[in-house]
Amino acid sequence: MIELRHLGKTYKTADKEIVALEDIDLSVQDGEIFGIIGVSGAGKSTLVRCINLLEKPTAGQVLIDGEDITALDRKSLLSLRRSIGMIFQGFNLLEQRSVLRNVTFPLEVSGIKRAAARDRAMELLDLVGLKDRAGSYPSQLSGGQKQRVAIARALATGPKYLLCDEATSALDPNTTRSILDLLKRINKTMGVTIIVITHEMRVINQICDRVAVLDQSRIAEEGKVSDVFLNPQSEIAKELILPVGKKDYDIHGGRRVRLTFHSENSGKPLISEMVLECQAPVNILFAETKEIDGQPYGQMLIELPGDERDADRILSWLKNSPVEWKEE
Amino acid sequence: MFSDMLVKLWENGIIQRGIWETIYMTAISTFIAYVIGLPLGVILNVTDKEGIYPVYWINRILGLIVNFFRSIPFIILMVAMLPVAKFIVGVSLGNKAMIVMLVIAAAPYVARMVESSLKEVDAGVIEAAQSMGTGNMQIVWKVLLPEARPSLIIGAVISMVTILGYSAMAATIGGTGLGQIAVSYGHQRFNPDVTWTCVFLTVIIVQVIQELGTWIAHKTDRRIGTGRA
Repeated sequence: MIELRHLGKTYKTADKEIVALEDIDLSVQDGEIFGIIGVSGAGKSTLVRCINLLEKPTAGQVLIDGEDITALDRKSLLSLRRSIGMIFQGFNLLEQRSVLRNVTFPLEVSGIKRAAARDRAMELLDLVGLKDRAGSYPSQLSGGQKQRVAIARALATGPKYLLCDEATSALDPNTTRSILDLLKRINKTMGVTIIVITHEMRVINQICDRVAVLDQSRIAEEGKVSDVFLNPQSEIAKELILPVGKKDYDIHGGRRVRLTFHSENSGKPLISEMVLECQAPVNILFAETKEIDGQPYGQMLIELPGDERDADRILSWLKNSPVEWKEE
Repeated sequence: MFSDMLVKLWENGIIQRGIWETIYMTAISTFIAYVIGLPLGVILNVTDKEGIYPVYWINRILGLIVNFFRSIPFIILMVAMLPVAKFIVGVSLGNKAMIVMLVIAAAPYVARMVESSLKEVDAGVIEAAQSMGTGNMQIVWKVLLPEARPSLIIGAVISMVTILGYSAMAATIGGTGLGQIAVSYGHQRFNPDVTWTCVFLTVIIVQVIQELGTWIAHKTDRRIGTGRA
């Protein structure tokens, strides 16, 4: 289990202090996939680096399996890092080493014999589906393949935890999907606890069990992915779920209602029924359907008609419908 | 067509020996300059505030020393360092003294070349290595130096050409090679064709070093799809 307690990080420059993280409390259970989402600059990259102390927190504790790692000496820290794998947005493969030797790198570093390291690396390359590319060099691979090599490398030492820092942000949607599937498989079959840092809600939806929303150095919201997605409490979570800037809706100025659909009602043409029955137009500002844990979930933001009576009719229709809704 | 002097120098094998001496001096000075300059460059990179083990004072002091030697024109440095050569190799004249001069002048230059080559290594790759529990010494040996290899080779070529240029000036303290032939047989005895022959031969040597070095750098660079082992 990974626990962050009152974690803080402040950077000091010559003339000012920059707060990157403030009073972060989180716990990640063994075996889960935990997402941390936030816009750029929210502090999520710093947060994930505090877990393996690539960044030294300036306040609070990081407990891994109950042990406060901020107090470790250098040697214990290096060996602890071997039990926490990490992958990055930029893949960060050693360009002058072959795929195979990239995967054996962490094993070499921890003093494993060459032949054993090679066998282990081939096993992992097989797992990520790149056994036939063992002799290639990173520059000969596509982005998705590079990330697969990075995943194999991160898993070489058999870590209990895997940290993913924007691991799919440089990849196209299809490749993203396949990398996320791979991560999910690793989580399920090997029991590796995964922490995913991202700015994309679709990443969270596709693989995470729980999510924390990071905003301006603090945790704005935390919970099960379906709860946060269907019923976002914080402004930032709403913005992240509706990936278009809030300003875009404000120009209309009318009253807005957010509708959420889940598996039972997402298949019905509810909006059409509503418009036909109420005989009033609505303006659809945003609509999206997503799959969370294999279940379809939809979100829609509509603008009510300017006429108050029409608007009220729609609201009372909604009250009697199976749709979950909330006026914004 | 050629002056008697040039014909005589060629027939007596003096020019041939000059070529060999220039190559030999340059090679041996470059080698020793790297023995000293490479570790200095690594220390400069590692102790930098962006490096893997920042130590402000080491970086600052070393940087000042390197800059000090680099800012002195070679011809002045050479004269000033005569006592040092005498202390190290027992003489302040001739080829041995010349190698000492070349190394003193080139090692700081090499240090900066190495430092900047290592700086080109992607910070993300270093961070990835750190995330895998790699110690600092291992990062130097297994990440920084191998990843910077193509750039280090190109740097070595540039250093070698610079050292070759310096070696010509060493004729003033009794060094040998093409520089010395150009000065004493060409310039001082009014045989411009001897001077130009030395120029031409030097250009050839530089070209060969440059082409060969670049070829090796490209051949061993795994970032290029064609350079497969």
